[in-house]
Amino acid sequence: MRRLGRWLLMAIVAALGWARHREGRGADADAGDDGRIVPAGDPEPGAEIAVLLLLVAATLCAVGFIVVYAIDAIGNQTQLLGIAIGACFTFLAAALILVGKRLIVTEENEEEYPPAGHPEEQQELVQIVEESGSRFTRKRLLMTTGGAATAAVGAALVTPVLSLGPWLDTSSLANTPWRRGLRLIGSDGLPMFADQVEEGTFYTAFPEHANHDEIGAPVIVVRLPPSALRLPAERAGWAPGGVLAYSKICTHAGCAIALYRTPLFPPTSSKPAMVCPCHYSTFDPASGGTVIFGPAGRPLPQLPLYVGGDGVLRAAGNFSGPVGPSWRDVREHPT
Amino acid sequence: MMLRRVVAMFDERSGASPFVVKTLRYLFPDHWSFLLGEVALYSFLVLVGTGTYLALFFDPSLAHVTYQGVYGPLRGAEMSQAYKSAIDISFAYKGGLLIRQTHHWAADVFVAAIVMHVMRVFFTGAFRKPRELTWVVGMLILVTTLLEGYVGYSMVDDLLSGMGLAIGYGVALSLPVIGGNLALGLWGSPYPGDHTFESRMFIAHVFIFPVIIGLLLGLHLTLVAARHHAQFRRMRRQTNQRLVGVPTFPGQAPRSLGLLFAVAAVLFLLGGLVQINPIWQWGPYEVALGTNGAQPDWYLGWLIGALRLMPGFDVTIGDYTLVPNPFWGGVLFPTIVIGLMLVWPWVERRITGDRRVHNLLDRPRDAPVRTAFGAAFLLWVVLVFFAGSADRLYVFLRISYTSMTWIYRVATFALPLAVFFVVLTICRELQRSDALEADREAAEEEGERALRAASPQPLTPGTERATAERP
Repeated sequence: MRRLGRWLLMAIVAALGWARHREGRGADADAGDDGRIVPAGDPEPGAEIAVLLLLVAATLCAVGFIVVYAIDAIGNQTQLLGIAIGACFTFLAAALILVGKRLIVTEENEEEYPPAGHPEEQQELVQIVEESGSRFTRKRLLMTTGGAATAAVGAALVTPVLSLGPWLDTSSLANTPWRRGLRLIGSDGLPMFADQVEEGTFYTAFPEHANHDEIGAPVIVVRLPPSALRLPAERAGWAPGGVLAYSKICTHAGCAIALYRTPLFPPTSSKPAMVCPCHYSTFDPASGGTVIFGPAGRPLPQLPLYVGGDGVLRAAGNFSGPVGPSWRDVREHPT
Repeated sequence: MMLRRVVAMFDERSGASPFVVKTLRYLFPDHWSFLLGEVALYSFLVLVGTGTYLALFFDPSLAHVTYQGVYGPLRGAEMSQAYKSAIDISFAYKGGLLIRQTHHWAADVFVAAIVMHVMRVFFTGAFRKPRELTWVVGMLILVTTLLEGYVGYSMVDDLLSGMGLAIGYGVALSLPVIGGNLALGLWGSPYPGDHTFESRMFIAHVFIFPVIIGLLLGLHLTLVAARHHAQFRRMRRQTNQRLVGVPTFPGQAPRSLGLLFAVAAVLFLLGGLVQINPIWQWGPYEVALGTNGAQPDWYLGWLIGALRLMPGFDVTIGDYTLVPNPFWGGVLFPTIVIGLMLVWPWVERRITGDRRVHNLLDRPRDAPVRTAFGAAFLLWVVLVFFAGSADRLYVFLRISYTSMTWIYRVATFALPLAVFFVVLTICRELQRSDALEADREAAEEEGERALRAASPQPLTPGTERATAERP
């Protein structure tokens, strides 16, 4: 600590000496030399000392940063490192701003804006380009051929980009791993029994043996009282005992349906609904996944279910429509 | 003298002295609002620095690993190598979290500074001839920056980045006719894409977009320097032909360098002290997972809002889905906003018929229609932005989400229209009071002159000094 104090004192003395020295020179320059570019100004020893102290502080903070980094035992390292380097930059900024405001002569100079254009050079440019082609006799044909060559070379150069993905064959967009007979496996990895499914909550399930990283795989499973169901006639029998399964991927923008709204006070509350947390598309499980609010443009695809002999929920086929966000052909291949 | 020898040594080998002198004496007109662009530039420098460091540790791979690292709550969790390496940056390497958080903060500040810089340039008419190209290049920087930020937080593969990517995929699919091909081509297979998708994002984030931003930035600054800064008229000497300002060196350099360190100081203090995007809390992403209250970084909030506000419908012709819903909010809305800003200099030229060179900046009141349009346009985007946070507002205000959506659907059209006329009136009234003030000053001056003529007096010392100062 004492050594630090002595250094500081030395720095201040040196600064004062330097300032006095500069003062002398400044006076000389003013007296003798009128050819200055940067105008002269009076020294400000106070500001110089302040800048010196700020630089010393910045140096100490930078050293502090290294010290904090080096010592393993320090907790909250991120915070201390941030404070050290942040303070270091703060002192540097303060020093430089002080230099700019107090120690450097602030000139406000004038100059003309550049001219709006250069008519002569423009003319020259046009002339050079025009005259350069004076030996050509079939300009139009050459331009067309040159254009075609450029386009072809450009196309050839970007052709390898096609390897990035299937750009033309979009059939894979309709794929899902669901087939008739596949058991529903819950997020705990165990088969999902029909009588485990309770009202008022939702479950996530996958087809057995399927890759979870596939938007066609996850389904949301809910139970409603069979009397509440208003499924389309052709989906009769898709919801054994009121257990329904829908694709978990929102038909709006592909997020997972992660919210399930249940009525707290059935006479006045809104009815149960499956909600996507990204843009709040809201789907009605009772009526086959129709959109009741939010931006989704089509219903959630429903997965037909049946209960196997072992009591486990099984898919009775593929979804009622393509899974995932809408695109061109999403209504063209009902499966 | 040493300096003389060094200068001679370099000049005789490069011939650069005239250019360097010109650069050192380039004039910067003085106004605080001119610093906004510099803040953006310096945030970009911090981004490049911190980003280069992070790239040394980040592993852009979707290979599955089981986490066994230092962060207890995630131990045993299945995750991608990419997410694991981002967690390791945060916990396993000294200083890693500081750099990661500073990088994230710098991105948020970078876009904020650009947006404020754009507002300054718009409301002062700095985009007019001869600076339209500078404006266009600036807009392209803004667009590239948004993509760069989106890809940056998307490649971490935490739950939030996955949800953001799902939306990006939905928006790509929603492009009329070509959407399916485009999304499959970019992702390599149906969402979440094949394993090379992560590498594609990585190279885009650390090379393609930064290089584009850097080149555009260079072009932007070159164009600014070529036409010189526009200036406010603070004194009589400043005219459309004559520029008054502080030279780069020595006047401007220490201030600007000071600003660089000030920006770095703020960013590193934020990075060290204020938590941002704690990815270890979100957990790894799986397509079947989602969370309530998910929000993107602020600069994409306007797109979330637009996606949420649209009523639910796809445009179909028979069985053919022409326009899937995300197109409106995710593609059309930003295209209108950015497109309108891109062409605005020419729209204004067409409306006003003004083809002159403008080196003097307007005060917002000087161009009432532009200012009113700008305010209404800004409010439009800001309202859509706030609509994107209605689910969070619900937690505070307890107004149902459905009601709020309908309020916003009306407000996004009604309020900007109202604000247009309010701002127009305010600008015109301010102009009128300016004119009144000028009249009054002229009258007072005339009165004084008449008084002086009536009783001739020697000049007061004060006037003497004033004359002496301006030779």
